[in-house]
Amino acid sequence: MNVIWIILLSVSILFAACTGRLDALTHAIFDGAKAAVEVSLFLLGIVSVWLGITKILEDAGIITRIARFFKPVITRFFTSVPPDHPAITSITLNLLANFFGLGNAATPLGIKAMQDLQSLNPEKDTVSFEMMLFIVLNTASIQFVPFTVVGILSAYGSANPTAVVLPTICTTVLMATCGVAVLQLFRRLKK
Amino acid sequence: MKTISFISQLVIPAFILFAVVYGACRRVRVYDSFVAGARGGLQVICNIFPYLLAVFVAVKAFQASGLFDFIKAGLSGPLAFLGIPPEVLSVALIKPLSGSATTAIFTDIVKTCGPDSLAAMLSGVIVGSVETTFYVLAVYLGAVGISRTKYLVPVCLIADGLGMLIAAAIVKLMFS
Repeated sequence: MNVIWIILLSVSILFAACTGRLDALTHAIFDGAKAAVEVSLFLLGIVSVWLGITKILEDAGIITRIARFFKPVITRFFTSVPPDHPAITSITLNLLANFFGLGNAATPLGIKAMQDLQSLNPEKDTVSFEMMLFIVLNTASIQFVPFTVVGILSAYGSANPTAVVLPTICTTVLMATCGVAVLQLFRRLKK
Repeated sequence: MKTISFISQLVIPAFILFAVVYGACRRVRVYDSFVAGARGGLQVICNIFPYLLAVFVAVKAFQASGLFDFIKAGLSGPLAFLGIPPEVLSVALIKPLSGSATTAIFTDIVKTCGPDSLAAMLSGVIVGSVETTFYVLAVYLGAVGISRTKYLVPVCLIADGLGMLIAAAIVKLMFS
């Protein structure tokens, strides 16, 4: 991330200087800062709500029960997560929320999953393989129906707005598979 | 389609109702549990904020520098050769960086090329199947304060690139 950040910023500033867009660039940087505050406030609301809800489930003792139920599927991929660990539940809930296109629930539950995976991580400042796998699965955004896309297409009078659904599902599944394959490849290469 | 969107509207309220009722049945002090859990939210966002700030500042700077249009101009030739509409490239390049910009550009493509055009269909598939990778990275890694990301970023970017190629191949296969 360090390298990417250095490259993104320095190349942008140098390029803007060459094309005479420094003024716009300065504006954009402070716009970015403002956007970060707005998004954080938005996240503060929904993350707190979901942490509250999952805490109720935790106190009711159902988190481990859900974990036991989904253990066979999740531990096949996340091999070093011990059975009955709360991470299994939070990963499952996040993937389900993604699947149903519930962005407002998926992100907070994903954060919960990251915290649960962090509790298993031996090096707290370094990303673990399980976390990488989880993030790669998330960036492929496995989704049943892309509501925003279908909504925009039908708003502009598409003859068949749901035609986009099947290719999206195919792409998403193939992309998740490729993502996991690339991750495994990198793990082998770095060993 | 109606039923699917109804189900997805139902899922969250039903889930919350279930949590509250099930908790009450198991004699959990539901209100106190909720408040105790929600208190952690502030800490999480405090962790995420600096990461989010760093990513947003860099992404906005990149968008404003004009570099984006420069890359787009360079890539549109080879893409036209493959039969991919040049408009799609804007969506493909912006999607990993910014969600709101993606929606704006996608809406624009639908407006100018028509909702049933190849460009609209292909960019729709890309919008629906690729995530705003840098946002996800900032939020998820920021939440647990991880700064050493090993090979995660290249893996995500390669996966995004493959996703776009897969999208192009599938749409071409299904619609032409």
